[in-house]
Amino acid sequence: MTSDGLSRRGFFGRAAVASAGTVLAGPTAGALAETGTAPPGQNLVTVVLKVNGVRRELTIDPRVTLLDALRERLDLTGTKKGCDRGQCGACTVHVGGRRVVSCLTLAASVHRKEITTIEGLATGAELHPVQRAFIEQDAFQCGFCTSGQIMSAVAVIREGRARSDDEVREAMSGNICRCGAYPNIVNAINQVRGES
Amino acid sequence: MHAFDFTATDDVDRALRLANTDSAFLAGGTLLVDLMKLDVMTPKHVIDINGLNLRGISVNHNGLRIGAMERMVDVATSSDVARHYPMITKALLLSASGQVRNMASIGGNLLQRTRCDYFRDVRTPCNKREPGSGCPAQTGENRNHAILGTSTSCVATHPSDLAVALVALGASVRLRARDGVRQVELGSFYRLPGETPHLENQLRPGELITDVLVPALPWARRSTYVKIRDRQSFEFALTSVAVALDLRDGNVHNARIAVGGVGTRPWRLPAVEDALRGRPTHEHVEAAAALATVDARPLAHNGFKVTLLRRAIMRAVMNLAARR
Repeated sequence: MTSDGLSRRGFFGRAAVASAGTVLAGPTAGALAETGTAPPGQNLVTVVLKVNGVRRELTIDPRVTLLDALRERLDLTGTKKGCDRGQCGACTVHVGGRRVVSCLTLAASVHRKEITTIEGLATGAELHPVQRAFIEQDAFQCGFCTSGQIMSAVAVIREGRARSDDEVREAMSGNICRCGAYPNIVNAINQVRGES
Repeated sequence: MHAFDFTATDDVDRALRLANTDSAFLAGGTLLVDLMKLDVMTPKHVIDINGLNLRGISVNHNGLRIGAMERMVDVATSSDVARHYPMITKALLLSASGQVRNMASIGGNLLQRTRCDYFRDVRTPCNKREPGSGCPAQTGENRNHAILGTSTSCVATHPSDLAVALVALGASVRLRARDGVRQVELGSFYRLPGETPHLENQLRPGELITDVLVPALPWARRSTYVKIRDRQSFEFALTSVAVALDLRDGNVHNARIAVGGVGTRPWRLPAVEDALRGRPTHEHVEAAAALATVDARPLAHNGFKVTLLRRAIMRAVMNLAARR
């Protein structure tokens, strides 16, 4: 939150609504409607997710991915959409304690499952040790991939199979960082491995 | 993405009853959801089989059985598999990313579709996706394509690393349909493209892989999987080699060898297996590896795979033979 009470998300959200209104009022409104996605299927599904310990119920088109359900329906925008093809790892969350890419997970297929997102890592104001290590080791630049990196790192440390720098790099290869913060990401993970 | 109806079930018989030519089974989703987003796969009905109890990884005197719904990670971290069939463990650990291995099922891994860019782009022709539409890869961008088993209709490679190891080991898949159960050896499960590249395997519409069965092969404890790719991790093979050696007194008595990234299906090399018998000197292994590419038909951009394949075989065999 900024000092005037506007969050960055809130500001950009309002700006987007305003610009969408402008576009739709213009002559291209019809063309936009035609190029929209296919009409929804008839068979909506009701999905119950336990997200960061909270029970959430959604009625959704079965095409909705877990990523879109989290961001667009549950307002949990910490999980990022990078490639949307399972190749970049920005959308990494935990399902039943395992790290997965939420962009290739249909929300309907994780009915009744425990989901943990970046918003669920901290305990109150106390950051998760991996979040703290990313800050202390300067393990991000633009920050877009960071929530996915952290979710992946938490799982990698818990899996316990990455015991050297090379093994950490291999275990983290599903998370791409185009700023190239890789060395400090490895340092952050090693810091937490050393603490535990 | 096209609209579809969605049904989840934990009952195999119900899943089979629901299945038809317009349906798709959803397991890990790493392939299906990706290809549905690209409009390459457009099922009208998605049947979620994640609740099916097709599980279990067990080794006994008959060999290894893997339930088709086990995830790649579960097999990759099985100490039984690592002890008896290290090439399977290695092939899995060199596949995909940690996230994808947590999601993707073993059955789904074997049914992966090719990574050919023309197949994945619905704006271009592709005989595999749209029979009779043509194959731009024949004269277009074909650096990643096959040199073995190609036809004038299709030159796409099969992408699975696991399948290469399983074909080397003579594994089978158990298939279940409404009218019964059958077992098919994986080596013949995959079809050559010929004039019908859209028919990729022996699976019938509505049929489900329930198990993977690997015969006992005690000397597969001396086995490995070598994968060569454009980047060190999270990348498909340019060339890969699964090899097991039955080594006695420094001589190769028997060998199993299959290769990936170079064939239109996982490619077993019986002639190389035979020729490897004897003392594994550099010259001997080099001569055997040369037999791998006798029938190779390189395209404009993938001629390098002929040399790369021979050298990958040599590296895999020499290192494995030297291992104590």
